[in-house]
Amino acid sequence: MVQPIRVLLAKVGLDGHDRGVKVVARTLRDAGMDVIYSGLHRTPEEVVTAAIQEDVDVLGVSLLSGVQLTVFPKIFQLLSQNGAEDMIVIAGGVMPDEDVAEIKKMGVREVLLQDTPPEVIVQTLTRLVSERGER
Amino acid sequence: MSRYVPSLELIDRAAKGNIQAIGRLISRAEGGVPEARPALAQIYRNAGRAHVIGLTGVPGSGKSTLVAAMTARLREQGQKVGIVAVDPSSPYSGGSILGDRIRMSDLANDAGVYIRSMATRGAMGGLARASLEAVDVLDLGGFDTIIIETVGVGQDEVEIAKASHTTIVVSAPGLGDDIQAIKAGMLEIADIHVVSKSDRSDANRTIADLKHMLTLGAAGAFKPEWQSPVLGVSSYASEGFDALLAAIARHRDVAFATESGKKRQQAIARFRLLKTAENLLSERFASSVGPIVPGFTDQLQQREGDPYTLASELLATSFK
Repeated sequence: MVQPIRVLLAKVGLDGHDRGVKVVARTLRDAGMDVIYSGLHRTPEEVVTAAIQEDVDVLGVSLLSGVQLTVFPKIFQLLSQNGAEDMIVIAGGVMPDEDVAEIKKMGVREVLLQDTPPEVIVQTLTRLVSERGER
Repeated sequence: MSRYVPSLELIDRAAKGNIQAIGRLISRAEGGVPEARPALAQIYRNAGRAHVIGLTGVPGSGKSTLVAAMTARLREQGQKVGIVAVDPSSPYSGGSILGDRIRMSDLANDAGVYIRSMATRGAMGGLARASLEAVDVLDLGGFDTIIIETVGVGQDEVEIAKASHTTIVVSAPGLGDDIQAIKAGMLEIADIHVVSKSDRSDANRTIADLKHMLTLGAAGAFKPEWQSPVLGVSSYASEGFDALLAAIARHRDVAFATESGKKRQQAIARFRLLKTAENLLSERFASSVGPIVPGFTDQLQQREGDPYTLASELLATSFK
């Protein structure tokens, strides 16, 4: 039996725009993945707890509010406190190029900005999970 | 945990309440990972302490919201609460959107609550195949009460009653009349009836219809020890929860301490046995007949064969 890839899509902070993340959720669902959506206005603590309880393969954080340099250090710190360093973290939304480079240094595996075609999102997640292997 | 941690090693961590170990064991149960079988067997043999509550109802009746509100109150009593929330898989892609967690966001920062979302993956009856194994793992993890929230159901998905000590059926106001209320199926399985959204004016009508149905004759596994109450509850107005929590506590005593409670536990074990066998059978069947199905389908479509004969042949081939 092939396990569907499990994904938590999260909105963190005061960002109230979730049309994009819902389109991504639908795209991943239609690609056969189990998608858990956090809802709006979550804290990094809530998101990391949910990701671990749900034992997702991928934690995807959607940000359109410019807080990536604040949120990701917190998320990685919490993941490592909980021994969940193997969680694949990706980012989506809108942000400046220099921030993309910065959060990738922190450990964000891919940053899928607003012009990413849906099939590329699916391929990226599938690739990252298959590279990780069994766990 | 970047390497593969053997499932038997995860048991100790899960028993100490480590959420990552609990989560991983549930994933392996869900994936049918052969390596996890001995661990899950050991977990089952040591489980059985928790009070398992099944909660079911039509889509949009307020199940997830009710679970969240109930859980907050069980927490006030000092109980640790595990939640297994089932949502449907797509019949086309096999994927799913698991949205129950959103309604439970007030519980997100409480370490005494564990929420796990699960997709049905084609299972009928309102549960996912691994739902009950997830319950075992949460039981091991020290959760006192475990609530299984079924997928939103129709009239006939009654498996939850065979898998839980206490079954709560949620009815929303405005969805039917007294004839709906006396139909066979879902309404019969309730140990506790909850009418949600009781702040709405038409809720009283639904409560009256259900109460009337119950006067026509007792149903359920616990007669004469138990009469199913009908309780109006409003998560919005925060009303009716004291009565609901009291009913749950009383039913727990009936389920664990009476003769009919013992019979129910026996029925739960029997269901678990037969359901697991059925799942094994259908997996084996699906994997062995795969290559010959297209040919048989053609014959059937061309009307060169009939469904009964071809299906019998398919079965015979599968178990040769």
